[in-house]
Parts: sequence; structure tokens; C-alpha cells
Amino acid sequence: MRLLVSNLTHRYDDLTVLDGIDLTLAEGEILAVIGPSGCGKSTLLGIAGGIVAPMSGSIRVEGAVPDGCLNPITFIFQDFALLPWRSVEDNIALVLEHHPLSSAERGERIDSGLRRMGLWEFRKALPKQLSGGMRQRVGIARALAVRPAMLLLDEPLSALDAQTRELLMDDFLELWRREKTTALYVTHNLDEALRLADRVCVLSRRPGRIRELVTIEEPRERRQEPSAQAHLAEVRDRLWHLMKAEAQMADREIARA
Amino acid sequence: MPDSLNPPAAPVASTMGQPVRFRGGGFTVKRHPWAALAAFALLIAVWEGASRLGLASPLFLPPPSAVASALAGMVTDGSLWLNLKASLLRIAVGWVLGTAGGMLVGFAMGIFSTARAVGVPLVSAFFPIPKIALLPLFILWFGIGEPSKFATIGFGVFFPTVIATYSAIDSVPRNLIRMAQSFGLPWRSILRSIVLPGALPGILAGFRITASIALILVVAAEMIGAEYGIGAFVLMAGNLMQTDTLLAGVLVLSLLGLAIGTVLSQLERRLLNWR
Repeated sequence: MRLLVSNLTHRYDDLTVLDGIDLTLAEGEILAVIGPSGCGKSTLLGIAGGIVAPMSGSIRVEGAVPDGCLNPITFIFQDFALLPWRSVEDNIALVLEHHPLSSAERGERIDSGLRRMGLWEFRKALPKQLSGGMRQRVGIARALAVRPAMLLLDEPLSALDAQTRELLMDDFLELWRREKTTALYVTHNLDEALRLADRVCVLSRRPGRIRELVTIEEPRERRQEPSAQAHLAEVRDRLWHLMKAEAQMADREIARA
Repeated sequence: MPDSLNPPAAPVASTMGQPVRFRGGGFTVKRHPWAALAAFALLIAVWEGASRLGLASPLFLPPPSAVASALAGMVTDGSLWLNLKASLLRIAVGWVLGTAGGMLVGFAMGIFSTARAVGVPLVSAFFPIPKIALLPLFILWFGIGEPSKFATIGFGVFFPTVIATYSAIDSVPRNLIRMAQSFGLPWRSILRSIVLPGALPGILAGFRITASIALILVVAAEMIGAEYGIGAFVLMAGNLMQTDTLLAGVLVLSLLGLAIGTVLSQLERRLLNWR
């Protein structure tokens, strides 16, 4: 599934957060969106997922929806958004309840998500009994249960510690190796973008405009190898150079506000 | 070897050997399960002692033993059950009516903007009225019998329930609703699976407040116009200067409040074990 964003502008009252965004997300591509705080990254994701109405411009999807897909555009949230009163398996079941599935298929989707994310032993646990990393795994299992065509990830690792982030990045890589799901990945973290994305979209400070789209040439599966480090360091420097001045200006603006 | 060549050992030894002073104590709540019981026992003992020593007139402040004896008398002559039954029925009917209506209106105000725009000013206007002041009006409307008492309690319970319910809906995390919308859950499912359980803690906290209000109003309503009921019983005992019986009635009310609180705590523990 492809995502086409055309001349997208969005305001909150008098505050323009996104201005004239033109973007195409190719089938199977992972596009990371980075930029300073308040530049409209999450708003862009919300508009792409249909939970924020854009002020002007258009956002369209193209391409076939895979078999068994119940929710083509699916979010994975920074704060996990789990229902604290439901067990792990019931949190996953929530997103299937309104679909006319046989109980066998519903059970199969839930069990498959639980097993893939290593949650089988914790299926009866409540979210409060899980670590942050495990909670995000529930969020991923829930997203996988609807077999999405496109994932929208809103800083999915930012609430987690460094080790858990590493482990979950491995999970994401494994997921994309198998599913080839198109993904729009919002992050603050350059290392996540360099590890996971095909291209990185750098947004300017508010109002968010595209400063540059940077392609990472190195194949994802080789980015941990020593031979890839020089190229990645070069891309990292370039991204940081693009972001640094914007981030400093944004900080000053926030301090003045 | 001359002394001046030796290293100055004493100051090093004294600084190295000093234990680190613990400074992290206090400001934590410790459980003292027997403290409350001991305090109650002490209070009762002082009260009993003061009465027996003639420091307090038994007519105005009868000793706890006399209150216990009056309570035992109420149990044996059946007046306890007769009056308690009447009060419990009034509390139950009034509270259920007020709570059902309040939750219905509170939900509407929590979910629909128009209902909130209409409801908030009305609730703000009616909420501060002391509900017992409306009992004479309810007696005119519904007669001196039970309906006027049900209406007073129901009306008293209704407004706090409305406020608790719509505030509880406001406090349901919006990220959960956005999540459900992003997965395409229908409006009714969001209401049933997210809004209702998410609002439950606030609604149950409201129950605790409205149960106390119902208890206060039932006593007040029974003092104004009832043959039976704990309120009527206490008033009658006061008129006859039977202070031991009066205090036995007050004790029953206190135990009733405790019992209601315990039931609500159990309900919270059962329904909110996820917190």
C-alpha cells in the first residue's frame, strides 16, 4: 500500500504546525520522520491515520489491501495505549471484536500475535504487571492481529530504556523482514531512524516543512556490520547537521513561550 | 627511626572509620493495626469512667454500658429491626432512583456536547440547594408517605451522581479512545469497552459520597415525618429524654454507615482490581 501526501497544511487555532507537506511513501518502504519538538511529526501521523482532520491538502492511499487485513492503516503508540482493565490477550482481542470472524480465526490471530511477540506466558497478565518493553510488545501484537497494510509508529520506543529499545528494534526488523509492511515511523532518535528506515524525512521547526529527504543506501540487514558504519556515520552527520540548528531554534522558541 | 618520618596515621584512620549516618527515615506511613482499636477502647473506658465517677450526668451523657444495654433492648423487643428495615428501604429505593437517573444524565453530559451545554448550568443551579428543604414540597406533591422520602433521598443523590459520572467520563484517557478509533471500533464498542470501564473508578468514588448523603437525608426526612425509621426513633428518644436509647440509635447509624462503606470497598476491590 502506498501513501500519498499532497500539500498538507494543518493549524491548531492560530498555530500552523504543518505547512505544505508533499510526501510519497512507497509500498513496503519504511520512512522515518524526524524533527524538533513541536514540528508536527505526530500531527502528520494522526492525519495519515485518519484520526486528525487536515485543514487543507490531501492524503490518499493506493494499492491493494492484503488478504485478511482488517485495518489497513494501523497505529503503534508511544504510550502503548493498552486498556489497564483488560488482560494481554483481551487487549489484543479488543481490535477484533467488531469484525465478523469465526472464534477459531479470532483465537488464531490472538495466539499468533502472542507467540510472535513472546507474550504467550503473559497472556493472562494485566498491563500493570508488565514492563514497558512487554507492554509495547502487546501494542505490536495488537497491531499485527489486524494484519495491517501500513504501520504508523508514533515514537514507539521513546518511553523505553536503551536495552529494551535495542531488543524491540530487532523485533521490528524481523517483522519487516517477514511482512514487508509499509511504515511511517516518527522518532526523535537518529539511531532508530538509521537502523530501521529506508529514507529519513527531516522536518523543520514549527511550522513543519520538509527540509530534506535523505535516502539510506545501506540495506537494512547489513547496517550492524562494520563495513556499513562509515556510510551510516556520514548519513548521521548529515541528519544531525540538518536537525541541530532547527532543534536549537525550537528549544529557544519553547523557552520563550 | 625518628618520629617525624612516620606518616600521620591518626587523622586518616578517624575519617576512614566514621560510619555514614542514616538520614532516610520518617515521612513514610507505617501500619499500626491495633492503634485504632486501642484508641476506641481508651475512649470508651474514659467515657465509662467519667460517667461512673459522676463527672458527666448520665441523663445528658449516659455511659457506654447503658448505651449497649439500650441497644440490646432494641434487639430483643424488635424495635431495632422494625426501624432499621424502614430506613434501609428508604435508602435503597431513594439511592437507586437517584443513582440511576444521575448516571443516565451524567453519561449524556459526558458524551454529548449539547447535553453538557444544557446540563452544566442546571446542575450548578440545583446542586447547592439543601435537599431536605424540599421535603415539604415533596410532601405536598407525593403525600406524607414513603414517596416523598424516596424523592428527597433520590434528589439528593441525583446531582452528585451526575457530577461524578460526567467528571469520570472526562477523566477517561483520550489516548485510549483515539486508539480505539484508529482500529475502527464502532461508537458503541468504544462506549462499552473503553468509556464505561474507564469511568468506573470515578463513578464508584461518587457512590461513596452519595451513600453518605442518602444516610444523612434519610435521618433528616424521618425526623420530619415518619412513624418508623432510625431517624424517627432517635427523635422520639430525644423527646422522651432517653439519651441511652438515642445514642444506641446513633450507634446503629454509625454501624450502618460503616457497613455501606465496607460493601463499597469490596465492590471497588472486585471491580477495580486492575488498578
